[in-house]
Amino acid sequence: MRAAKAIYIIWLRDVIRFYREKPRILGMLGQPLLYLLIIGNGLSYSFRMASAPQSFNYLEFMYPGIIGMSVLFTSVFSAISIVWDREFGFLKEVLVAPVPRWSVAIGKALGGSTIALLQAAILLLLAPVIGIKLGLVVVLKLLGMLFLIAFSLTSLGITVASRMETMEGFQIVMNFLVLPLFFLSGAMFPMKGMPPWLETLMRLDPLTYGVDALRNIMFADSPAREFMVQFPLSTDLAVVAAMSLAFITAGTLAFNRSE
Amino acid sequence: MNIIEVSKLHKKYKSLTAVENVTLEVGEKEIFGFLGPNGAGKSTTIKMLATLIKPTAGTAFIGGFDIEKKPHRVRQSIGLVFQENTLDDRLTAAENLYFHGMLYNLERRAMTDRMAEVLDMVELADRKNALVKTFSGGMKRRLEIARGLIHYPRVLFLDEPTIGLDPQTRNRIWDYLHHLRLRENITVFMTTHYMDEAENCNRIAIIDHGSIVALDTPVNLKKMVGGELITLHSPHRSEVKRIIGQTFGLAVSETEEYLQLEVESGEAFIPSLAGSLKGLISSISLRKPTLDDVFIKLTGRDIREEAADSWGTMRAHMRGRGHQ
Repeated sequence: MRAAKAIYIIWLRDVIRFYREKPRILGMLGQPLLYLLIIGNGLSYSFRMASAPQSFNYLEFMYPGIIGMSVLFTSVFSAISIVWDREFGFLKEVLVAPVPRWSVAIGKALGGSTIALLQAAILLLLAPVIGIKLGLVVVLKLLGMLFLIAFSLTSLGITVASRMETMEGFQIVMNFLVLPLFFLSGAMFPMKGMPPWLETLMRLDPLTYGVDALRNIMFADSPAREFMVQFPLSTDLAVVAAMSLAFITAGTLAFNRSE
Repeated sequence: MNIIEVSKLHKKYKSLTAVENVTLEVGEKEIFGFLGPNGAGKSTTIKMLATLIKPTAGTAFIGGFDIEKKPHRVRQSIGLVFQENTLDDRLTAAENLYFHGMLYNLERRAMTDRMAEVLDMVELADRKNALVKTFSGGMKRRLEIARGLIHYPRVLFLDEPTIGLDPQTRNRIWDYLHHLRLRENITVFMTTHYMDEAENCNRIAIIDHGSIVALDTPVNLKKMVGGELITLHSPHRSEVKRIIGQTFGLAVSETEEYLQLEVESGEAFIPSLAGSLKGLISSISLRKPTLDDVFIKLTGRDIREEAADSWGTMRAHMRGRGHQ
């Protein structure tokens, strides 16, 4: 009961803070929109993938990838706010309370995932603009999947953040963790037809399976499905679920040890 | 059993002994002061008592709970106010209190009344729904004290509660603390390096280099200095010291600025002292001893001289162990 209350309160704090910072919501939506509108349109008009079927539309292909990107950035940055809290004290107040450490880590993971999910939900509203029709069931499936992806990525962020002393490490995390995860995820280009070394790296990126799962759900009935999707949905789901479990365990352990 | 019982507490870091052989007892409803220069081991001791760090050796009980075996029971029975602000300033005052209450497992319904009560105590009831970032330093400190009390702790730990506040606000914080102690039947354990503030405590432990060098009431501590203090400014220090030694058989202590001696009754002594030091001194003053004098007597140093120096070492020390 105590732990449940702690999880709830840590989660609630993140949500309230997010809600209060409306400029941050806009700022965080700005990046995916830029990618989608500028890079998405630019690439879609400049290049035509040789192996792609007639019905293939690059913008449609990229759309789930950009949602994945938004989830990735939001999740990792929410988790890294732990470092901020540590520098400015609030974390102390939580860590001296008579609640288990793991409940703090889980509350934080849920808080970050909720925010990432809200961002992703806003991006899903753009589907008609891109030209994708989503039924209610598909939207619910997507939201469930997105939450699982967000949870695993926030947990990964917590694992990293619990080892970070100051915000100075932020650039390193950005360049050596977040951007590679994004670029290798297949968000911008399909894995099929890549050179073996690149394909191997892409297969190792956990986000690849997250983005693929989104495509699996979103393009279940699309004629270009075969080209857009790399793995069966069950494989994607298994990998993302395993990743959630692994990262939340790692995050909780790292958080227990840190101070 | 006393509310706080500490026995032979030690804390060692690799090359540094932060706390050495600290033994003390604090009775219920006492205001107990931990006095010493920065870096003396005050915060480390509080952190051990609050179960934030583990002692290297020794035992401590708070409200009968062992800090090592029952950390959560200890945590539930104490309130903590840190040196630095630990409020979330993007939340309102009420939200900060609510979060704290939830973390300490209060009943939601009882919490509303309790929140109103503690906010009232620190006169912040009208700012309940304001964001904390709009608060002044003194208001934040008061809110933190209110927050520390919300879960009915038996002991309130305050680590340098008035640091960085102006004298007026400091006095006000003290008024609150005295008032709260009576109203809430609470024991207050606080650290400070402001000597004048330590006078507010029922008993004081003076800590230096990790060890307690004296523990008593402020009145008794000042008695250690004996009588009254005469301070002399003189360009001819060694001459003055020699004459006082020869004529009156009194020891003279020396700081960078002045010479000082302890006498039974200063007013009667000054005329003969001045007579024998004709032409050698530029000023004489007489005063009652303060806790500063006690500290100087016990450690041979002025606590204020320490301040600048030990800040530097403490920061280096914190970097070394990566922000405790």
